[in-house]
Amino acid sequence: MLHYVLKRLVSLAISLAVASLVIFFAIEVVPGDPAAYMLGMNAQPDTLAALRDQLGLNGSIPERYLSWVGGMLQGDFGTSYTYRTPVAEMIGERLWISLPLALYALTLSTLIAFPAGVWAASRRGSVVDMGVMGVTQLGVAIPNFWFAMLMVLVFAINLRWFSAGGFAGWEQGVLAGMKSLTLPAVALALPQASILTRVMRSSLLDTLSEDFIRTARAKGLTRRQVLWRHALRNAMIPVLTIIGMQFSFLMAGAIIIENVFFLPGLGRLVFQSIAARDLIVVESVVMLLVFAVIVVNFAVDVAYAAVDPRLRGRR
Amino acid sequence: MSGGGLIRAALTNRSLVVGLVLSLVFVGAALISFIWVPQDVTALDIANKIKPPSAAHPLGTDHFGRDILSMIMVGARTSIAVAVVAVVIGMGLGVPLGLAAAARRGSLLDEVIMRGNDLVFAFPSLLIAIMITAVFGPSALNAIIAIGIFNIPVFARLTRGAALSLWTRDYVLAARVAGKGAVRISAEHILPNVTNLLIVQGTIQFSLGILAEAALSYVGLGAQPPIPSWGRMLADSQTMISLAPHMAIFPGLAILLTVLGLNLMGDGLRDLFDPRIRRDRR
Repeated sequence: MLHYVLKRLVSLAISLAVASLVIFFAIEVVPGDPAAYMLGMNAQPDTLAALRDQLGLNGSIPERYLSWVGGMLQGDFGTSYTYRTPVAEMIGERLWISLPLALYALTLSTLIAFPAGVWAASRRGSVVDMGVMGVTQLGVAIPNFWFAMLMVLVFAINLRWFSAGGFAGWEQGVLAGMKSLTLPAVALALPQASILTRVMRSSLLDTLSEDFIRTARAKGLTRRQVLWRHALRNAMIPVLTIIGMQFSFLMAGAIIIENVFFLPGLGRLVFQSIAARDLIVVESVVMLLVFAVIVVNFAVDVAYAAVDPRLRGRR
Repeated sequence: MSGGGLIRAALTNRSLVVGLVLSLVFVGAALISFIWVPQDVTALDIANKIKPPSAAHPLGTDHFGRDILSMIMVGARTSIAVAVVAVVIGMGLGVPLGLAAAARRGSLLDEVIMRGNDLVFAFPSLLIAIMITAVFGPSALNAIIAIGIFNIPVFARLTRGAALSLWTRDYVLAARVAGKGAVRISAEHILPNVTNLLIVQGTIQFSLGILAEAALSYVGLGAQPPIPSWGRMLADSQTMISLAPHMAIFPGLAILLTVLGLNLMGDGLRDLFDPRIRRDRR
Protein backbone atom coordinates (compact mmCIF):
# COMPACT_ATOMS: atom_id res chain seq x y z
CA MET A 1 0.00 0.00 0.00
CA LEU A 2 2.82 2.38 0.97
CA HIS A 3 4.58 1.58 -2.30
CA TYR A 4 1.39 2.36 -4.21
CA VAL A 5 0.86 5.68 -2.40
CA LEU A 6 4.47 6.71 -3.04
CA LYS A 7 4.13 5.85 -6.73
CA ARG A 8 0.92 7.87 -6.96
CA LEU A 9 2.55 10.76 -5.10
CA VAL A 10 5.33 10.94 -7.68
CA SER A 11 2.83 10.98 -10.51
CA LEU A 12 0.80 13.62 -8.63
CA ALA A 13 3.89 15.84 -8.40
CA ILE A 14 4.64 15.35 -12.10
CA SER A 15 1.05 16.18 -13.09
CA LEU A 16 1.08 19.35 -11.00
CA ALA A 17 4.44 20.42 -12.43
CA VAL A 18 3.35 19.85 -16.03
CA ALA A 19 -0.01 21.57 -15.43
CA SER A 20 1.76 24.60 -13.94
CA LEU A 21 4.10 24.75 -16.97
CA VAL A 22 1.13 24.63 -19.35
CA ILE A 23 -0.65 27.44 -17.49
CA PHE A 24 2.51 29.53 -17.24
CA PHE A 25 3.23 29.21 -20.96
CA ALA A 26 -0.35 29.90 -21.99
CA ILE A 27 -0.67 33.05 -19.90
CA GLU A 28 2.80 34.50 -19.54
CA VAL A 29 4.73 33.35 -22.60
CA VAL A 30 2.16 33.16 -25.41
CA PRO A 31 1.03 36.84 -25.21
CA GLY A 32 4.66 37.99 -25.67
CA ASP A 33 4.96 40.80 -23.16
CA PRO A 34 2.22 40.39 -20.52
CA ALA A 35 2.82 43.93 -19.25
CA ALA A 36 2.17 45.43 -22.69
CA TYR A 37 -0.91 43.21 -23.00
CA MET A 38 -2.27 44.30 -19.64
CA LEU A 39 -1.75 48.00 -20.23
CA GLY A 40 -3.03 48.04 -23.79
CA MET A 41 -1.83 49.83 -26.94
CA ASN A 42 -1.20 53.32 -25.61
CA ALA A 43 0.99 52.55 -22.61
CA GLN A 44 3.88 54.90 -21.85
CA PRO A 45 7.31 53.22 -21.91
CA ASP A 46 8.05 54.16 -18.30
CA THR A 47 4.71 52.81 -17.01
CA LEU A 48 5.42 49.64 -18.94
CA ALA A 49 8.87 49.33 -17.41
CA ALA A 50 7.45 49.95 -13.93
CA LEU A 51 4.76 47.26 -14.37
CA ARG A 52 7.31 44.82 -15.78
CA ASP A 53 9.41 45.43 -12.73
CA GLN A 54 6.46 45.07 -10.38
CA LEU A 55 5.34 41.80 -12.01
CA GLY A 56 8.90 40.48 -12.02
CA LEU A 57 8.91 40.17 -15.81
CA ASN A 58 12.51 41.23 -16.28
CA GLY A 59 14.08 37.83 -15.67
CA SER A 60 14.43 35.02 -18.20
CA ILE A 61 11.46 32.71 -18.75
CA PRO A 62 12.81 29.82 -16.59
CA GLU A 63 13.63 32.30 -13.79
CA ARG A 64 10.13 33.74 -13.91
CA TYR A 65 8.55 30.29 -13.89
CA LEU A 66 10.59 29.18 -10.91
CA SER A 67 9.86 32.34 -8.95
CA TRP A 68 6.11 31.97 -9.72
CA VAL A 69 6.05 28.35 -8.56
CA GLY A 70 8.32 29.11 -5.60
CA GLY A 71 6.00 31.93 -4.54
CA MET A 72 2.91 29.72 -4.76
CA LEU A 73 4.55 27.03 -2.66
CA GLN A 74 4.89 29.66 0.06
CA GLY A 75 1.34 30.89 -0.42
CA ASP A 76 2.36 33.98 -2.39
CA PHE A 77 0.33 34.25 -5.61
CA GLY A 78 1.62 37.71 -6.53
CA THR A 79 -0.21 41.03 -6.42
CA SER A 80 -3.24 41.85 -8.50
CA TYR A 81 -2.51 44.64 -10.94
CA THR A 82 -6.03 46.09 -10.92
CA TYR A 83 -6.92 45.66 -7.25
CA ARG A 84 -3.41 46.24 -5.86
CA THR A 85 -4.04 43.53 -3.27
CA PRO A 86 -2.31 40.18 -2.83
CA VAL A 87 -3.98 37.61 -5.08
CA ALA A 88 -3.88 34.97 -2.33
CA GLU A 89 -6.04 37.20 -0.13
CA MET A 90 -8.57 37.85 -2.92
CA ILE A 91 -8.82 34.16 -3.75
CA GLY A 92 -9.13 33.28 -0.07
CA GLU A 93 -12.15 35.56 0.34
CA ARG A 94 -13.89 34.24 -2.80
CA LEU A 95 -13.20 30.63 -1.93
CA TRP A 96 -15.48 31.05 1.07
CA ILE A 97 -18.34 31.24 -1.41
CA SER A 98 -17.28 28.97 -4.27
CA LEU A 99 -16.09 26.05 -2.16
CA PRO A 100 -19.16 25.85 0.13
CA LEU A 101 -21.31 26.17 -3.00
CA ALA A 102 -19.58 23.24 -4.71
CA LEU A 103 -19.70 21.11 -1.55
CA TYR A 104 -23.37 22.00 -0.95
CA ALA A 105 -24.16 20.91 -4.50
CA LEU A 106 -22.12 17.73 -4.14
CA THR A 107 -24.02 16.84 -0.96
CA LEU A 108 -27.39 17.55 -2.58
CA SER A 109 -26.60 15.53 -5.68
CA THR A 110 -25.44 12.58 -3.60
CA LEU A 111 -28.51 12.79 -1.35
CA ILE A 112 -30.81 12.81 -4.38
CA ALA A 113 -28.95 10.24 -6.46
CA PHE A 114 -28.56 7.52 -3.86
CA PRO A 115 -32.18 6.84 -3.06
CA ALA A 116 -33.26 7.54 -6.65
CA GLY A 117 -30.69 5.13 -8.10
CA VAL A 118 -31.43 2.40 -5.56
CA TRP A 119 -35.16 2.84 -5.99
CA ALA A 120 -34.97 2.61 -9.79
CA ALA A 121 -32.63 -0.40 -9.72
CA SER A 122 -34.70 -2.31 -7.17
CA ARG A 123 -37.85 -1.81 -9.25
CA ARG A 124 -36.22 -2.36 -12.60
CA GLY A 125 -38.54 -2.05 -15.58
CA SER A 126 -41.39 -0.65 -13.46
CA VAL A 127 -43.11 2.70 -13.88
CA VAL A 128 -40.91 4.08 -11.08
CA ASP A 129 -37.77 3.04 -12.94
CA MET A 130 -38.99 4.53 -16.19
CA GLY A 131 -39.99 7.74 -14.42
CA VAL A 132 -36.62 8.12 -12.71
CA MET A 133 -34.78 7.41 -15.97
CA GLY A 134 -36.96 9.92 -17.84
CA VAL A 135 -36.26 12.65 -15.30
CA THR A 136 -32.51 11.96 -15.41
CA GLN A 137 -32.63 12.08 -19.21
CA LEU A 138 -34.03 15.63 -18.87
CA GLY A 139 -31.60 16.43 -16.04
CA VAL A 140 -28.51 15.74 -18.13
CA ALA A 141 -29.87 17.73 -21.08
CA ILE A 142 -30.87 20.88 -19.20
CA PRO A 143 -28.26 23.67 -19.13
CA ASN A 144 -27.76 24.29 -15.40
CA PHE A 145 -27.55 28.08 -15.72
CA TRP A 146 -30.89 28.11 -17.55
CA PHE A 147 -32.44 25.95 -14.86
CA ALA A 148 -31.01 28.46 -12.36
CA MET A 149 -32.70 31.35 -14.19
CA LEU A 150 -36.03 29.50 -14.19
CA MET A 151 -35.70 28.91 -10.45
CA VAL A 152 -35.04 32.61 -9.93
CA LEU A 153 -38.20 33.33 -11.90
CA VAL A 154 -40.32 30.91 -9.84
CA PHE A 155 -38.83 30.93 -6.33
CA ALA A 156 -37.39 34.43 -6.10
CA ILE A 157 -39.54 36.64 -8.32
CA ASN A 158 -42.95 34.92 -8.13
CA LEU A 159 -42.97 33.14 -4.77
CA ARG A 160 -40.40 35.39 -3.06
CA TRP A 161 -39.02 32.49 -1.01
CA PHE A 162 -35.41 33.37 -1.83
CA SER A 163 -33.59 36.48 -2.93
CA ALA A 164 -32.88 36.64 -6.65
CA GLY A 165 -29.16 36.99 -6.12
CA GLY A 166 -26.31 38.30 -4.05
CA PHE A 167 -24.78 36.80 -0.97
CA ALA A 168 -25.93 37.53 2.58
CA GLY A 169 -22.44 36.99 4.00
CA TRP A 170 -21.36 34.39 6.54
CA GLU A 171 -21.29 37.04 9.25
CA GLN A 172 -25.11 37.02 9.05
CA GLY A 173 -25.00 33.44 10.31
CA VAL A 174 -24.53 30.08 8.66
CA LEU A 175 -28.23 29.71 7.86
CA ALA A 176 -28.45 33.04 6.05
CA GLY A 177 -25.35 32.15 4.06
CA MET A 178 -26.70 28.69 3.21
CA LYS A 179 -30.00 30.25 2.15
CA SER A 180 -28.22 32.49 -0.37
CA LEU A 181 -26.45 29.42 -1.73
CA THR A 182 -29.51 27.15 -1.87
CA LEU A 183 -30.90 27.98 -5.33
CA PRO A 184 -27.40 28.03 -6.87
CA ALA A 185 -26.58 24.70 -5.24
CA VAL A 186 -29.80 23.10 -6.47
CA ALA A 187 -29.10 24.33 -10.00
CA LEU A 188 -25.58 22.94 -9.87
CA ALA A 189 -26.69 19.66 -8.32
CA LEU A 190 -29.47 18.76 -10.77
CA PRO A 191 -27.38 17.60 -13.75
CA GLN A 192 -24.83 15.95 -11.47
CA ALA A 193 -27.56 14.16 -9.54
CA SER A 194 -28.97 12.86 -12.84
CA ILE A 195 -25.62 11.46 -13.92
CA LEU A 196 -25.00 9.96 -10.49
CA THR A 197 -28.47 8.38 -10.36
CA ARG A 198 -27.81 6.65 -13.68
CA VAL A 199 -24.41 5.40 -12.57
CA MET A 200 -25.81 4.24 -9.23
CA ARG A 201 -28.63 2.38 -10.94
CA SER A 202 -26.52 0.68 -13.60
CA SER A 203 -23.79 -0.24 -11.15
CA LEU A 204 -26.34 -1.76 -8.79
CA LEU A 205 -27.99 -3.69 -11.63
CA ASP A 206 -24.58 -5.07 -12.65
CA THR A 207 -23.87 -6.17 -9.11
CA LEU A 208 -27.34 -7.69 -8.67
CA SER A 209 -26.73 -9.99 -11.64
CA GLU A 210 -23.58 -11.49 -10.11
CA ASP A 211 -23.23 -15.01 -8.77
CA PHE A 212 -22.68 -14.10 -5.13
CA ILE A 213 -26.04 -12.34 -5.10
CA ARG A 214 -27.72 -15.51 -6.36
CA THR A 215 -25.90 -17.45 -3.68
CA ALA A 216 -27.11 -15.04 -1.02
CA ARG A 217 -30.68 -15.37 -2.30
CA ALA A 218 -30.32 -19.16 -2.39
CA LYS A 219 -29.32 -19.29 1.25
CA GLY A 220 -32.63 -17.62 2.04
CA LEU A 221 -32.01 -13.86 2.28
CA THR A 222 -34.83 -11.64 1.07
CA ARG A 223 -34.33 -9.33 -1.90
CA ARG A 224 -34.17 -6.37 0.44
CA GLN A 225 -31.52 -7.99 2.64
CA VAL A 226 -29.43 -8.88 -0.39
CA LEU A 227 -29.70 -5.35 -1.72
CA TRP A 228 -28.63 -3.64 1.49
CA ARG A 229 -26.14 -6.17 2.79
CA HIS A 230 -24.37 -7.38 -0.31
CA ALA A 231 -25.15 -5.42 -3.43
CA LEU A 232 -24.89 -1.79 -2.33
CA ARG A 233 -21.39 -2.02 -0.94
CA ASN A 234 -20.09 -3.71 -4.05
CA ALA A 235 -21.81 -1.26 -6.35
CA MET A 236 -20.10 1.71 -4.74
CA ILE A 237 -16.77 1.73 -6.64
CA PRO A 238 -17.98 3.30 -9.91
CA VAL A 239 -20.22 5.63 -7.91
CA LEU A 240 -17.25 6.91 -5.91
CA THR A 241 -15.27 7.53 -9.11
CA ILE A 242 -18.06 9.67 -10.48
CA ILE A 243 -18.40 11.60 -7.21
CA GLY A 244 -14.66 12.34 -7.37
CA MET A 245 -14.91 13.48 -10.97
CA GLN A 246 -17.95 15.59 -10.20
CA PHE A 247 -15.95 17.79 -7.91
CA SER A 248 -14.09 19.32 -10.86
CA PHE A 249 -17.31 19.81 -12.82
CA LEU A 250 -18.91 21.43 -9.78
CA MET A 251 -16.04 23.86 -9.29
CA ALA A 252 -16.20 24.82 -12.98
CA GLY A 253 -20.00 24.88 -12.85
CA ALA A 254 -19.91 27.12 -9.79
CA ILE A 255 -18.03 29.71 -11.85
CA ILE A 256 -20.96 29.85 -14.30
CA ILE A 257 -23.76 29.61 -11.76
CA GLU A 258 -22.25 32.43 -9.66
CA ASN A 259 -22.94 34.63 -12.65
CA VAL A 260 -26.66 33.91 -12.54
CA PHE A 261 -26.96 34.80 -8.86
CA PHE A 262 -24.40 37.62 -8.75
CA LEU A 263 -22.44 35.74 -6.11
CA PRO A 264 -19.03 37.29 -5.38
CA GLY A 265 -17.11 33.99 -5.74
CA LEU A 266 -14.16 32.83 -7.82
CA GLY A 267 -16.21 32.97 -11.01
CA ARG A 268 -16.95 36.66 -10.65
CA LEU A 269 -13.31 37.30 -9.81
CA VAL A 270 -12.15 35.49 -12.94
CA PHE A 271 -14.51 37.28 -15.31
CA GLN A 272 -13.72 40.69 -13.83
CA SER A 273 -10.03 39.89 -14.15
CA ILE A 274 -10.42 38.84 -17.78
CA ALA A 275 -12.22 42.09 -18.52
CA ALA A 276 -9.51 44.07 -16.69
CA ARG A 277 -6.76 42.00 -18.35
CA ASP A 278 -5.42 41.14 -14.93
CA LEU A 279 -3.46 38.09 -16.06
CA ILE A 280 -1.89 37.40 -12.65
CA VAL A 281 -5.30 36.79 -11.08
CA VAL A 282 -6.51 34.64 -13.99
CA GLU A 283 -3.33 32.57 -13.86
CA SER A 284 -3.64 31.96 -10.11
CA VAL A 285 -7.32 31.04 -10.18
CA VAL A 286 -6.83 28.60 -13.07
CA MET A 287 -3.85 27.04 -11.29
CA LEU A 288 -5.82 26.70 -8.07
CA LEU A 289 -8.76 24.98 -9.80
CA VAL A 290 -6.50 22.60 -11.74
CA PHE A 291 -4.65 21.87 -8.48
CA ALA A 292 -7.95 21.03 -6.79
CA VAL A 293 -9.00 18.69 -9.61
CA ILE A 294 -5.67 16.83 -9.67
CA VAL A 295 -5.49 16.47 -5.89
CA VAL A 296 -9.10 15.28 -5.55
CA ASN A 297 -8.56 12.63 -8.22
CA PHE A 298 -5.39 11.53 -6.43
CA ALA A 299 -7.32 11.24 -3.16
CA VAL A 300 -10.04 9.17 -4.86
CA ASP A 301 -7.43 6.80 -6.35
CA VAL A 302 -5.76 6.30 -2.99
CA ALA A 303 -9.11 5.84 -1.24
CA TYR A 304 -9.98 3.04 -3.68
CA ALA A 305 -6.70 1.29 -3.24
CA ALA A 306 -7.30 1.35 0.50
CA VAL A 307 -10.76 -0.18 0.04
CA ASP A 308 -10.00 -2.61 -2.76
CA PRO A 309 -6.50 -4.16 -2.74
CA ARG A 310 -6.99 -5.46 -6.29
CA LEU A 311 -6.72 -1.90 -7.62
CA ARG A 312 -3.20 -1.35 -6.24
CA GLY A 313 -1.59 -3.38 -9.01
CA ARG A 314 -3.23 -1.36 -11.78
CA ARG A 315 -1.40 1.50 -13.51
CA MET B 1 -27.57 -7.38 -40.41
CA SER B 2 -28.75 -6.63 -43.96
CA GLY B 3 -29.34 -3.04 -45.04
CA GLY B 4 -33.12 -3.46 -44.92
CA GLY B 5 -32.95 -5.17 -41.54
CA LEU B 6 -30.87 -2.34 -40.13
CA ILE B 7 -33.35 0.27 -41.30
CA ARG B 8 -36.26 -1.74 -39.89
CA ALA B 9 -34.44 -2.10 -36.55
CA ALA B 10 -33.73 1.63 -36.57
CA LEU B 11 -37.38 2.51 -37.18
CA THR B 12 -38.60 0.39 -34.27
CA ASN B 13 -36.09 1.98 -31.87
CA ARG B 14 -38.10 4.68 -30.12
CA SER B 15 -35.13 6.62 -28.67
CA LEU B 16 -33.46 6.71 -32.04
CA VAL B 17 -36.54 7.93 -33.90
CA VAL B 18 -37.45 10.62 -31.35
CA GLY B 19 -33.81 11.70 -31.03
CA LEU B 20 -33.33 11.82 -34.77
CA VAL B 21 -36.48 13.87 -35.30
CA LEU B 22 -35.53 16.39 -32.58
CA SER B 23 -31.98 16.69 -33.88
CA LEU B 24 -33.15 17.08 -37.46
CA VAL B 25 -35.57 19.86 -36.46
CA PHE B 26 -32.69 21.96 -35.12
CA VAL B 27 -30.21 21.07 -37.85
CA GLY B 28 -32.99 21.85 -40.34
CA ALA B 29 -33.69 25.19 -38.64
CA ALA B 30 -30.01 26.07 -38.84
CA LEU B 31 -29.83 25.15 -42.54
CA ILE B 32 -33.06 26.97 -43.43
CA SER B 33 -31.75 30.08 -41.66
CA PHE B 34 -29.10 30.42 -44.39
CA ILE B 35 -31.78 31.06 -47.02
CA TRP B 36 -34.74 32.32 -45.00
CA VAL B 37 -35.58 33.61 -41.54
CA PRO B 38 -38.90 35.15 -40.46
CA GLN B 39 -37.13 38.42 -39.75
CA ASP B 40 -33.61 39.77 -40.25
CA VAL B 41 -31.73 39.28 -36.96
CA THR B 42 -29.60 42.38 -37.46
CA ALA B 43 -32.60 44.69 -37.93
CA LEU B 44 -33.56 46.46 -34.73
CA ASP B 45 -37.20 47.35 -34.17
CA ILE B 46 -37.31 49.19 -30.87
CA ALA B 47 -41.02 49.98 -31.22
CA ASN B 48 -41.73 46.25 -30.94
CA LYS B 49 -39.30 45.40 -28.15
CA ILE B 50 -39.94 42.65 -25.53
CA LYS B 51 -43.30 41.67 -27.06
CA PRO B 52 -44.73 38.35 -25.84
CA PRO B 53 -45.45 35.63 -28.43
CA SER B 54 -47.98 36.70 -31.09
CA ALA B 55 -48.96 35.80 -34.64
CA ALA B 56 -46.30 38.12 -36.08
CA HIS B 57 -43.63 36.85 -33.67
CA PRO B 58 -44.48 33.26 -32.64
CA LEU B 59 -41.84 33.30 -29.87
CA GLY B 60 -41.98 37.03 -29.11
CA THR B 61 -39.28 39.68 -29.50
CA ASP B 62 -36.21 40.60 -27.47
CA HIS B 63 -35.08 43.91 -25.93
CA PHE B 64 -34.05 45.23 -29.37
CA GLY B 65 -37.30 44.12 -31.00
CA ARG B 66 -35.57 41.24 -32.78
CA ASP B 67 -37.69 38.18 -33.59
CA ILE B 68 -36.74 35.41 -31.12
CA LEU B 69 -37.67 32.58 -33.51
CA SER B 70 -35.26 34.00 -36.10
CA MET B 71 -32.56 34.46 -33.44
CA ILE B 72 -32.96 30.83 -32.35
CA MET B 73 -32.72 29.64 -35.96
CA VAL B 74 -29.54 31.60 -36.60
CA GLY B 75 -28.22 30.74 -33.12
CA ALA B 76 -28.60 27.04 -33.98
CA ARG B 77 -25.91 27.56 -36.62
CA THR B 78 -23.42 28.83 -34.03
CA SER B 79 -24.18 26.03 -31.55
CA ILE B 80 -24.06 23.28 -34.15
CA ALA B 81 -20.97 24.63 -35.92
CA VAL B 82 -18.99 25.01 -32.67
CA ALA B 83 -19.99 21.56 -31.38
CA VAL B 84 -19.37 19.79 -34.71
CA VAL B 85 -15.95 21.33 -35.27
CA ALA B 86 -15.01 20.52 -31.65
CA VAL B 87 -15.99 16.86 -32.24
CA VAL B 88 -13.94 16.84 -35.46
CA ILE B 89 -10.91 18.23 -33.56
CA GLY B 90 -11.38 15.68 -30.77
CA MET B 91 -11.72 12.75 -33.19
CA GLY B 92 -9.05 14.01 -35.60
CA LEU B 93 -6.41 14.10 -32.87
CA GLY B 94 -7.79 11.68 -30.29
CA VAL B 95 -8.44 8.69 -32.56
CA PRO B 96 -4.90 8.53 -34.07
CA LEU B 97 -3.42 9.00 -30.59
CA GLY B 98 -5.57 6.19 -29.21
CA LEU B 99 -4.70 3.90 -32.15
CA ALA B 100 -0.99 4.65 -31.71
CA ALA B 101 -1.11 4.03 -27.95
CA ALA B 102 -2.87 0.70 -28.47
CA ALA B 103 -0.51 -0.39 -31.26
CA ARG B 104 2.49 0.27 -29.01
CA ARG B 105 0.89 -0.92 -25.80
CA GLY B 106 3.12 -0.56 -22.74
CA SER B 107 5.73 1.50 -24.60
CA LEU B 108 6.96 4.95 -23.68
CA LEU B 109 4.69 6.36 -26.40
CA ASP B 110 1.65 4.71 -24.79
CA GLU B 111 2.65 6.06 -21.38
CA VAL B 112 3.19 9.60 -22.68
CA ILE B 113 -0.15 9.61 -24.52
CA MET B 114 -2.07 8.29 -21.54
CA ARG B 115 -0.46 10.68 -19.03
CA GLY B 116 -1.08 13.52 -21.49
CA ASN B 117 -4.75 12.49 -21.53
CA ASP B 118 -4.89 12.59 -17.74
CA LEU B 119 -3.41 16.06 -17.79
CA VAL B 120 -5.94 17.42 -20.28
CA PHE B 121 -8.73 15.88 -18.18
CA ALA B 122 -7.64 18.13 -15.31
CA PHE B 123 -8.56 21.18 -17.45
CA PRO B 124 -12.33 21.44 -17.83
CA SER B 125 -13.19 23.19 -21.13
CA LEU B 126 -14.27 26.25 -19.13
CA LEU B 127 -10.73 26.69 -17.76
CA ILE B 128 -9.19 26.26 -21.22
CA ALA B 129 -11.62 28.87 -22.53
CA ILE B 130 -10.77 31.21 -19.65
CA MET B 131 -7.04 30.98 -20.42
CA ILE B 132 -7.49 31.46 -24.18
CA THR B 133 -9.88 34.37 -23.64
CA ALA B 134 -7.59 36.03 -21.08
CA VAL B 135 -4.85 36.08 -23.70
CA PHE B 136 -6.64 36.45 -27.05
CA GLY B 137 -9.99 37.99 -26.14
CA PRO B 138 -13.42 36.35 -26.50
CA SER B 139 -14.63 34.71 -29.75
CA ALA B 140 -16.54 31.68 -31.01
CA LEU B 141 -13.17 30.26 -32.10
CA ASN B 142 -12.08 30.08 -28.44
CA ALA B 143 -15.11 27.98 -27.64
CA ILE B 144 -14.29 25.64 -30.53
CA ILE B 145 -10.67 25.25 -29.42
CA ALA B 146 -11.54 24.84 -25.73
CA ILE B 147 -14.24 22.22 -26.34
CA GLY B 148 -12.13 20.54 -29.05
CA ILE B 149 -9.15 20.14 -26.70
CA PHE B 150 -11.45 18.72 -24.05
CA ASN B 151 -12.72 16.14 -26.58
CA ILE B 152 -9.25 14.81 -27.50
CA PRO B 153 -8.63 12.61 -24.42
CA VAL B 154 -12.23 11.37 -24.55
CA PHE B 155 -11.71 9.91 -28.01
CA ALA B 156 -8.12 8.85 -27.34
CA ARG B 157 -9.12 6.76 -24.30
CA LEU B 158 -12.15 5.25 -25.98
CA THR B 159 -10.15 4.30 -29.10
CA ARG B 160 -7.24 2.89 -27.11
CA GLY B 161 -9.50 0.79 -24.90
CA ALA B 162 -11.42 -0.70 -27.81
CA ALA B 163 -8.32 -1.13 -29.96
CA LEU B 164 -6.44 -3.01 -27.23
CA SER B 165 -8.97 -5.83 -27.24
CA LEU B 166 -9.03 -5.92 -31.05
CA TRP B 167 -5.26 -6.37 -31.19
CA THR B 168 -5.63 -9.78 -29.54
CA ARG B 169 -8.02 -11.08 -32.23
CA ASP B 170 -7.04 -13.80 -34.66
CA TYR B 171 -7.59 -11.70 -37.75
CA VAL B 172 -5.09 -9.14 -36.47
CA LEU B 173 -2.63 -11.94 -35.82
CA ALA B 174 -3.22 -13.15 -39.39
CA ALA B 175 -2.54 -9.66 -40.69
CA ARG B 176 0.69 -9.53 -38.70
CA VAL B 177 1.76 -12.91 -40.04
CA ALA B 178 1.05 -11.57 -43.52
CA GLY B 179 3.65 -8.89 -42.78
CA LYS B 180 1.42 -5.84 -42.35
CA GLY B 181 2.87 -3.06 -40.19
CA ALA B 182 1.19 -1.46 -37.16
CA VAL B 183 -0.01 1.56 -39.13
CA ARG B 184 -1.64 -0.56 -41.82
CA ILE B 185 -3.23 -2.91 -39.30
CA SER B 186 -4.59 0.06 -37.33
CA ALA B 187 -6.04 1.62 -40.47
CA GLU B 188 -7.38 -1.54 -42.15
CA HIS B 189 -8.43 -3.74 -39.26
CA ILE B 190 -8.71 -1.75 -36.03
CA LEU B 191 -10.26 1.54 -37.14
CA PRO B 192 -13.21 0.01 -39.07
CA ASN B 193 -14.09 -2.02 -35.99
CA VAL B 194 -14.18 0.96 -33.63
CA THR B 195 -16.22 3.17 -35.96
CA ASN B 196 -19.56 2.30 -34.33
CA LEU B 197 -18.24 3.21 -30.90
CA LEU B 198 -16.85 6.45 -32.29
CA ILE B 199 -20.20 7.38 -33.85
CA VAL B 200 -22.01 6.84 -30.55
CA GLN B 201 -19.39 8.80 -28.57
CA GLY B 202 -19.37 11.48 -31.27
CA THR B 203 -23.11 11.99 -30.74
CA ILE B 204 -22.60 12.31 -26.98
CA GLN B 205 -19.70 14.76 -27.37
CA PHE B 206 -21.79 16.70 -29.88
CA SER B 207 -24.52 17.15 -27.27
CA LEU B 208 -21.99 18.03 -24.54
CA GLY B 209 -20.46 20.52 -26.99
CA ILE B 210 -23.82 22.26 -27.44
CA LEU B 211 -24.18 22.57 -23.65
CA ALA B 212 -20.60 23.79 -23.25
CA GLU B 213 -20.93 26.33 -26.06
CA ALA B 214 -24.11 27.69 -24.50
CA ALA B 215 -22.40 28.02 -21.10
CA LEU B 216 -19.32 29.70 -22.59
CA SER B 217 -21.27 32.23 -24.62
CA TYR B 218 -23.55 32.81 -21.62
CA VAL B 219 -20.57 34.00 -19.56
CA GLY B 220 -19.19 35.96 -22.51
CA LEU B 221 -16.32 33.65 -23.46
CA GLY B 222 -17.88 32.38 -26.68
CA ALA B 223 -19.63 33.89 -29.70
CA GLN B 224 -19.76 37.68 -29.56
CA PRO B 225 -22.55 40.01 -30.69
CA PRO B 226 -23.91 40.53 -33.29
CA ILE B 227 -23.59 36.78 -33.95
CA PRO B 228 -26.72 35.29 -32.31
CA SER B 229 -26.04 32.35 -30.01
CA TRP B 230 -28.31 30.59 -27.56
CA GLY B 231 -26.07 31.21 -24.57
CA ARG B 232 -25.76 34.91 -25.44
CA MET B 233 -29.56 35.21 -25.75
CA LEU B 234 -29.93 33.76 -22.26
CA ALA B 235 -27.35 36.19 -20.89
CA ASP B 236 -29.29 39.08 -22.47
CA SER B 237 -32.57 37.80 -21.06
CA GLN B 238 -31.32 37.58 -17.50
CA THR B 239 -31.95 41.13 -16.39
CA MET B 240 -35.42 41.12 -18.00
CA ILE B 241 -36.57 37.78 -16.74
CA SER B 242 -39.44 39.16 -14.67
CA LEU B 243 -40.53 41.51 -17.46
CA ALA B 244 -40.13 39.16 -20.42
CA PRO B 245 -39.82 35.52 -19.33
CA HIS B 246 -40.28 34.38 -22.95
CA MET B 247 -36.82 35.79 -23.74
CA ALA B 248 -35.31 33.27 -21.31
CA ILE B 249 -37.66 30.35 -21.86
CA PHE B 250 -37.39 29.76 -25.62
CA PRO B 251 -33.60 29.80 -26.13
CA GLY B 252 -33.24 27.52 -23.09
CA LEU B 253 -35.84 25.14 -24.51
CA ALA B 254 -33.94 25.11 -27.80
CA ILE B 255 -30.77 24.00 -25.97
CA LEU B 256 -32.65 21.44 -23.87
CA LEU B 257 -34.46 19.87 -26.83
CA THR B 258 -31.36 19.73 -29.04
CA VAL B 259 -29.26 18.12 -26.31
CA LEU B 260 -32.08 15.75 -25.40
CA GLY B 261 -32.48 14.78 -29.06
CA LEU B 262 -28.77 14.08 -29.48
CA ASN B 263 -28.62 12.06 -26.26
CA LEU B 264 -31.62 9.95 -27.27
CA MET B 265 -30.06 9.47 -30.69
CA GLY B 266 -26.80 8.33 -29.04
CA ASP B 267 -28.69 5.82 -26.87
CA GLY B 268 -30.60 4.57 -29.88
CA LEU B 269 -27.48 4.19 -32.01
CA ARG B 270 -25.79 2.26 -29.23
CA ASP B 271 -28.66 -0.23 -29.13
CA LEU B 272 -28.71 -0.48 -32.88
CA PHE B 273 -24.98 -1.17 -33.20
CA ASP B 274 -24.74 -3.45 -30.22
CA PRO B 275 -27.99 -5.21 -29.36
CA ARG B 276 -26.15 -7.13 -26.65
CA ILE B 277 -25.99 -4.02 -24.46
CA ARG B 278 -29.39 -3.58 -22.92
CA ARG B 279 -30.51 -0.03 -23.34
CA ASP B 280 -31.49 0.41 -19.73
CA ARG B 281 -28.02 -0.21 -18.44
CA ARG B 282 -26.95 3.42 -18.41
